[in-house]
Amino acid sequence: MRERFIILFTGFAAVLLVRNLYVMLVKLPDEAAQGAIFRIIFFHVPAAWTSFLCFFAAFVCSILYLAKRNLRYDAVALATTEVGLAFAAGNLITGMIWGRIIWGIWWTWDPRLTSMLICWLLYAGYLMLRRAVEEPSQRARISAVLSIFAFVDVPIVFFSIKWWRTQHPQPVVWGGGTMDPSYWNMLFLNWVPLILLAVVLILIRLRQEEAQREIDAVRRWAHAL
Amino acid sequence: MPGFLRDSLTIAAKDLRSELRTKEALNASVSFSLVILLLFSFAFDPSAEQTREISGGLLWLVFAFAGALILNRSFARELPNDCLDALIASPISGAALFAGKAAANFLLLLAVEAVSLPVFGVFYNIRWWGQFWQLAGVLALGTWAMTVIGTMFSALTVNLRLRELMLPTLVYPVMIPALMSAIQLTTHLVGGEPLGGDVLVWLRLLVAFNVIFTALALSLVETVLVG
Repeated sequence: MRERFIILFTGFAAVLLVRNLYVMLVKLPDEAAQGAIFRIIFFHVPAAWTSFLCFFAAFVCSILYLAKRNLRYDAVALATTEVGLAFAAGNLITGMIWGRIIWGIWWTWDPRLTSMLICWLLYAGYLMLRRAVEEPSQRARISAVLSIFAFVDVPIVFFSIKWWRTQHPQPVVWGGGTMDPSYWNMLFLNWVPLILLAVVLILIRLRQEEAQREIDAVRRWAHAL
Repeated sequence: MPGFLRDSLTIAAKDLRSELRTKEALNASVSFSLVILLLFSFAFDPSAEQTREISGGLLWLVFAFAGALILNRSFARELPNDCLDALIASPISGAALFAGKAAANFLLLLAVEAVSLPVFGVFYNIRWWGQFWQLAGVLALGTWAMTVIGTMFSALTVNLRLRELMLPTLVYPVMIPALMSAIQLTTHLVGGEPLGGDVLVWLRLLVAFNVIFTALALSLVETVLVG
């Protein structure tokens, strides 16, 4: 059943991506001010949205784990966090490539960049913490608490850095302003395959995690013999 | 909640007493803060007029790094002789245990700050006492934020092998909003500007951070310690 979902979603995501790439590269004109590189936004912004969805799912699963103490929730929290981290990294990297071309610098301490980096570090810490705990239920408990702390912290970080930067001179001002409706449509249209991709990755990661747990259980059983 | 308060005070008194008898963490933390203050003098021109403008950042980095030496050991120090198991088995709630430990850490951190702040003033020629009571309030609020996060993560990692390696990476990103607020407010107060207008937003942020994370820590610490 899950296999079929994975194949179906992958196929659907692939078809949509090819279609979107065709429209992006052939149909949509270059943006007036930024030129061809502007198209990176169609991956940059949906990647950020997808990663936030993943972190939200991890937050919900962490609460559910603490409430129900079912290790399945812990496995889902781990899978969604890992995939969310990958999309957050994709967001940061595409943003840096864009920044290099438009601003001429790889990095600036803009509120959004800084918040995303902090968010990434918080969840990277989550994965690091998991590696250090061997006992499964202890690992699940501790990492669920950390996940809740991280999720609560992210919005506070975002607003505080926004205030921080508004009181300081900015090296680069964000373009902001309005976007053509055809660009907006593409932004949302390209979010669909990215979400599908995220779901596929989460399902695959979940399967690995379940297999890993089965192996661990068998190993413990063998040791007990 | 007199029971909760009494339990917390007992734990806080116990922690303070054992720390004041050995002064292990306190000595290490104070000396480390002096070392950082020394190192800063090589990072930039210490006699420059701009030092005042970055004074908040410098001070809070000193507090955050030196404070970690006290905070990180908060729960780990109970591991020898299975003291932690005894504390968990004792008839007090996890929240009271946490509140007591946090209160003790808070006082110890304030003590470290009380030493390093005047030294900072002397070394970098900064008159920081112009708005003494406001500054004291900001120090208390910022220190409480560090204490709550630090003590909570100390409980979170108490049974881990790689505790010392893990803590700094986990703790500092979470503290960032509180540190930023404290830095902003401290810089303003040391620079002789009164609190008010735009700066008040930082005070609100700091208070909100403290309320949110104190509540979160108190409600989750039982889960972390007991299971």
